[in-house]
Parts: sequence; structure tokens; C-alpha cells
Amino acid sequence: MDMRANVLSVRGLKVDFTTPDGDVKAVKGIDLDVKPGETLAVVGESGSGKSQTMMGIMGLLANNGRVTGSAKYRGRELIGLPLKGLNEVRGAKITMIFQEPMTSLDPLYTIGRQIAEPIVHHKGVSFKQAKVRVLELLKLVGIPDPERRINSYPHEMSGGQRQRVMIAMALANEPDLLIADEPTTALDVTIQAQILDLLRELQKRFGMAIVLITHDLGIVKHFADRVVVMRRGEVVERGNIEQIFEHPKEDYTRMLIDAVPSGAKEPPEDSAPIILEGRNVAVDFAIGGGFFTRATKLFRAVDGVTVRLKRGQTIGIVGESGSGKSTLGRALLRLLPSSGHYHFGDRNISNFDRSAMRPLRKELQLVFQDPYGSLSPRQTVGEIITEGLRIHEPQLSRAERDKRAIAALKEVGLDPAARNRYPHEFSGGQRQRIAIARAVILKPKVVILDEPTSALDRSVQGQVIELLRDLQEKHGLSYIFISHDLAVIKAMSDYVIVMKNGKIVEEGETEDIFDTPHDTYTKTLMAAAFDLE
Amino acid sequence: MFHFVLRRLASAVPTLFIVVTLSFFLMRFAPGGPFNLERPLPPATMENLMKAYHLDQPLWNQYLQYLKNAVTGDFGPSYIYKDNTIAELIGKGLPYSITLGSYALLLALFGGVFIGTIAALRQNSFLDFLIMSIATVGVTVPNFVVGPVLTLVFAVLLSLLPAGGWGDGSWRFLILPMIALALPQLAVFARLTRGSMIEGLHTDHIRTARAYGLPPRVVVITHAMRGALLPVVSYLAPCAAALLTGSAVVESIFTIPGVGRYFVLGAINRDYTLVMGTVVLVAIFVIVFNLLVDILYGLLDPRVRHD
Repeated sequence: MDMRANVLSVRGLKVDFTTPDGDVKAVKGIDLDVKPGETLAVVGESGSGKSQTMMGIMGLLANNGRVTGSAKYRGRELIGLPLKGLNEVRGAKITMIFQEPMTSLDPLYTIGRQIAEPIVHHKGVSFKQAKVRVLELLKLVGIPDPERRINSYPHEMSGGQRQRVMIAMALANEPDLLIADEPTTALDVTIQAQILDLLRELQKRFGMAIVLITHDLGIVKHFADRVVVMRRGEVVERGNIEQIFEHPKEDYTRMLIDAVPSGAKEPPEDSAPIILEGRNVAVDFAIGGGFFTRATKLFRAVDGVTVRLKRGQTIGIVGESGSGKSTLGRALLRLLPSSGHYHFGDRNISNFDRSAMRPLRKELQLVFQDPYGSLSPRQTVGEIITEGLRIHEPQLSRAERDKRAIAALKEVGLDPAARNRYPHEFSGGQRQRIAIARAVILKPKVVILDEPTSALDRSVQGQVIELLRDLQEKHGLSYIFISHDLAVIKAMSDYVIVMKNGKIVEEGETEDIFDTPHDTYTKTLMAAAFDLE
Repeated sequence: MFHFVLRRLASAVPTLFIVVTLSFFLMRFAPGGPFNLERPLPPATMENLMKAYHLDQPLWNQYLQYLKNAVTGDFGPSYIYKDNTIAELIGKGLPYSITLGSYALLLALFGGVFIGTIAALRQNSFLDFLIMSIATVGVTVPNFVVGPVLTLVFAVLLSLLPAGGWGDGSWRFLILPMIALALPQLAVFARLTRGSMIEGLHTDHIRTARAYGLPPRVVVITHAMRGALLPVVSYLAPCAAALLTGSAVVESIFTIPGVGRYFVLGAINRDYTLVMGTVVLVAIFVIVFNLLVDILYGLLDPRVRHD
């Protein structure tokens, strides 16, 4: 095949990083071709080198990174090209959008100016002349009222809108190739669908090729023409969509495809007693107000929600960011000031203050989303998971605590030797297991899981869900499972609550909600999540 | 914006009131008084002096009297520099201090930001190391060492510049005191700039700017530096207030007739009105520069804009 026919041809590309612990080979000599107008998905889990490949080609590696090999844009070698030459290509012929819409734009300049910048620098026009084109682009990417929004700053826009601004910037010079690095990962599902639709439509209109870097096979199936699967810096499989999804050759590819969480949970028996109840839960946050002035406004984050959790039940709470789902979880555990009536077992805990709640904390546990931030980096795993025991069961001897730690680590599928190591020595999935061990070691009755799988790769997600299910069965745990991820909710819970703007819009048994949603918002949510798959 | 400035100026009134009150009473609680000289005055003379300056009245009366006069801009006579009012003393000295201080401020700001940026762009290189070592020296070596060394080298040994005095106010007289005054602040600006530039150069939006092929000049100056200057700007207010109201040490070494020495002389001699005058002066400078810096901050960063 004539290599010049490709927009991008990559041969033997390697990326290395120099670190204090020696060289890390992030990409180990890969080949790629991108044809004009096609969409190539580069799929892999974290650490597969998919992003670093593109960063290497675009000259965007961190200071300790090194790229070797060949990457040709329409026959022109990009690797080793002096900055001046590289800058003729990037931003004009090849453009990029990134995962982080919140931070990828400069907070100090209007979005109009930022979209204009690549036009000004590549076309040699003035900012004034570029303005017409900027307005046109804003209209194109569906920003309402562009005449006004052109003067907005990034912090005045939502995540979805910022990603639209990035896309406008990417299209400004009519590129041949758009590299989209996890463009929707940080966005809510409904927004995710809108952004992907927009990209697809714009591609149809302008005919540029797209390289989509993602960990999410769900969006690949409907969006890409061809797929390259990467693992540990190497390409393990490549092919068109049909080949990859219908007849994957490699176990790893199959694992990625199957990794979408599956299974369902049987509801508990009708006679199962209610273990945790919150009636008319409401939480207000104060906005504004300074040291001397009272808060000017109250923001109602949770607005009169009632939740009844039965023993052995898993209630899934779904909602997009800002829906109040995490706040509700904390309110149910009485971790923040809230109004409403609360019962734990047969005890009325509505008026319990912090010290009154303390003895109950053992039975009401919380697992967080961020497995990196929620474990103290200066404690060993053993100290982390036994800390609760020291408070709630102070009569235990050191040896007994250690025994419990070993049992808990075994239970979550970790080597008991882990208790003498520090959190940074573990992967994200392992850390989440440590966080779960910290909760189950206390033998709790209720565990609130706040996005426990959201920061994890799909394959690891599946394992964590499996673990949580096993633990539930074994110990008769009741879960409240908070997530924005409908696939995970479906696999985990027997009852679903859909939240929006602090209110419940719909609730019911998982099957009913997923098969026959009634509320329009629920329907949009379902469509956005599952039409992609 | 207009409302913001008005509000801030209004809030300056209670601040000044608290400053005046605290320093008035603190000063009075310090042992000794303006007329307690090494050789005690005869009791009759002392009594007359106390009466003349109303120091024989109850403290509360003196305080209220001082407040009343201060509101009308009358800060009273100096106890030590007889025949001079505080307003006259400050009015005479302040132009010298402000002139010297402004040059020192400009040198510190632009010099510090410039070398800080260079160090950040060449992070961990020999140049970076060198600049930061010099900056550390700048912060740690006090200006009563820097001043005499400068004088020794440039005035005594090389005879290039005058050793002190104001002369006709030409740059030749300004250069050495300006450097002595600016050096520690320049070092602080350099360190601040380097730190925030290094952070700024690693942000996602700098990656965006590079990914879109913007020239290095635009990436560094337009995008990285504007954000990196925010902490520098915050430091500008206390720094400007300190430099423009004069430095007792530098003004003494280079015999410059500014207001800096009044702090020390006033405090040592228990010249109550002089101390109060200088305290109010510094307070006003701090308040004004904080306001200016907040406005500047708003211009640089739209997220904290006051409208």
C-alpha cells in the first residue's frame, strides 16, 4: 500500500521515560496507519501506552520522555522535526482534544480568544479578522448565543460546553486528523452522547480522520471504523469493528469486550427488615457570604428524598454530577447536617449528634471513589485497615488485630503480606480492595459505596463488583451503591433510585427501571448509556 | 468595579482606626517618655514640657484629642525635632523615600520575574542552580552587609559612584542604595516566579497551547506567565509598601534624607507623635497598595473579577 495515501503512518514508534528507578518503556515499537476520513480507535487500559503514543508523535511528552521511530504525516516525518516545522503541522493539520475539559483551556482568556489563537498563528491573520471564523465555529459546535458566549471565560461554562469549545478549536484550521484523547471520559453520560454525536456529524461534514483514544469499548463500537488494541506498550490486535467485536482473536481483547459488567442481583425477600431508613432527607449548602456576612443563598442539594434499605438489599443511586447522590449518601450516614427522620434498625437516630453516632459508625461504613486519595500514604496497609478496630474494638490485642487484618485481606483477594506495605505500591484496583477491607474488617451492616469502581479500568471494575457481591452474600451486607455508571448499577443493585437536581425522578426494581423507564430523564439517561453499546 | 473600590476605601476607615488605637496605647505602655533623657531634666522644666505637650492629662483625653486632630490631618508636633510638625517631617522626607523605593521596586519586580522565568525554563540546569543560589544569598545576606560592600567596591575601590548622599538626585547617587534596597526583594520575586512558572508550564492548558502549534514566545509569555504572575502580584502589595516608605538601614548607610530613619529614631526617643505618624503612613500605603493589587489581580484573573 502506498504510505503517502495515509494521513498518518507510524512505524516502530517507541516512547521511553527516564525515571529515578531506571528507564520505563511506555511504548515498545508500534505500527499504525490512519487513512483519510476514517476513525481509528486506539483502545487499552491505563498504562497501555495509548496516550503516550500520540503525545510522542505530537511532541508533547513530559521532559523525561523520549520518542524514537517514525511517524509521518502525509509523508512528512514528524519525529525529530525541529519545533518550527512541528508547529506548522500541529494545530493546523493535526489537532487534539483532551480528556480534561475543565483544565485544558487557559482560565485567564476568553474562549473566543483561545479559539482564535491557532487561526491567528497559522493563517497569519489578526484576532479581529479571526472573529468571524470563531463565531462560525461556535455555531458549528452548538454553543448557543455565540455572539455573547465568545466573550465568556472557561469557568463560566460547563464541562460539556468546554469540550465543545475544544472541538471548535480543533476544527478551526480544517485539520486532516483530529486526535481525541478520552474526549468524553470526564463527562456525564448524556453529555458524553452529545459530544460523540457532534464529533461524528462534524467528521461527516469535513471529512477529517479521527484517532479516538479510549478505554471504553462501548463507545468504540458505534463510533470507529477500525480498532487497535494496545496492552503494555504493544499492539496486541487490530482489525475492523466487526472482526474485533464478533471474532476477537486475542484473550485480552475478549476480556476487554466482556468486561462490561454483567449479572443481576436478586432482591431480598419481602419479609426482610428495613435496616436503614431516611425519610424526607434534605440538605442545604450555603452559598456566598464571607467572614462577617451571613450566607446570601441556600442551595438545596438534596430535596426531600426518602430511602428505605432492607437487609441484604442493594439500592443503586444513579444521577449525573450535581444530582445530589453523594450528598444523600453522606446524609444517610449522618455525616453532614441535614433534616429528615432517620432510623437505623429499630433505633431513631434523627437527633443523634457526632458523639452519639460514634458507636454506630462500626456498623455503617463508607467506601470512596478515589482509591488514591482516600488511603493515607504514610500508613502501612495493615495500619490503615486496623485503624477502625483500634477505635471500635479497643479490647483486641495486637495479635488479634493482626489476625483480623489477615482475614480481611484474604477476603478481598489480597496477599496478607500486603499489610506491611504502603498504598503507593499498589494499583488502583488493589487500593480499592484495601479500602473495602478497611470497611469489612469491622463487620458492618450497611456499606455505602460512593462510585467505588469509577476510577478503575473496566476489567478491574468487573473484579471489584464480583468481590462486593461475594462479600454481600457471605455477610448479609446491605449496600447503597452510588454511581453515574448505569452498567455497573444494573449489575450490582436490585432497586434503583434515579436522582436529578436533588430529587428522586424515578425509583423501582432494577429490572423495571431498565426495561420500562417512565420518566423522560431516565429514558434519556438509558438511551445515552446503552445506545452506545 | 467602582463600588468595589468604594467599599474597600470605606473598610479602610475602621482598619486605620484600629491601627491608630493599638499603636497609641502600645507606645504609651512602653517604659520611658520623650523627655526622659540621660541626664534627667529639672522637675519644674519637666512639668512645663508635659503641660505644653498635654502629656499631663489622662491618657483617654490624650487619645481622644489625638484622634480628633488626626481626622483633620493634624498629627501634631514632633517632640524631638522641635519646631517641626509630623506632617512637615514626612512631607520633606517622603519624596526621597518614594523616589528611591520606586526604582528599587521596579528593579526587584522586573529583575526578579525575568531571572525567575529563565530559571523555570531551564529547570534543574546549571543556570537554574546558579540563579537560585544567588537568590538565596540575596534573601539571607542583610542589607547592612550588602550596602557597605557595595560602597566599598564601587565607591571606594573603583571610585565609579558616590558613596552616599542624595546630591542633585541624579542616577549616580541612586544606583547603590537602589541595589541594596532591591536585592532581597528581587530574590523573593525570583523564587516566587520560578516556582509558579514551573507549575504553570506543566498545566493542561499549556499542553493545549503547545499542541496547537503556538510559538514558544506565546506559550511562555501569554499563557504560562500571566497565570504564574498571580502569586507574584499578591506579594507586590506588602513589598511596595515596605520599599516606598523607606528603609532605616539603607537610608542610614547611604545618608539619604528619607522617612525610613524616622521609624527607628521615633521609637528609640519615644517621640510619640513621630511614631504614630509613621505608623499611619505605612498603614495607608499598605491599604492603598492592597487595593491596587486587588484591582490588578482582577485584571489578570477573570475568575476573581470584581464587577
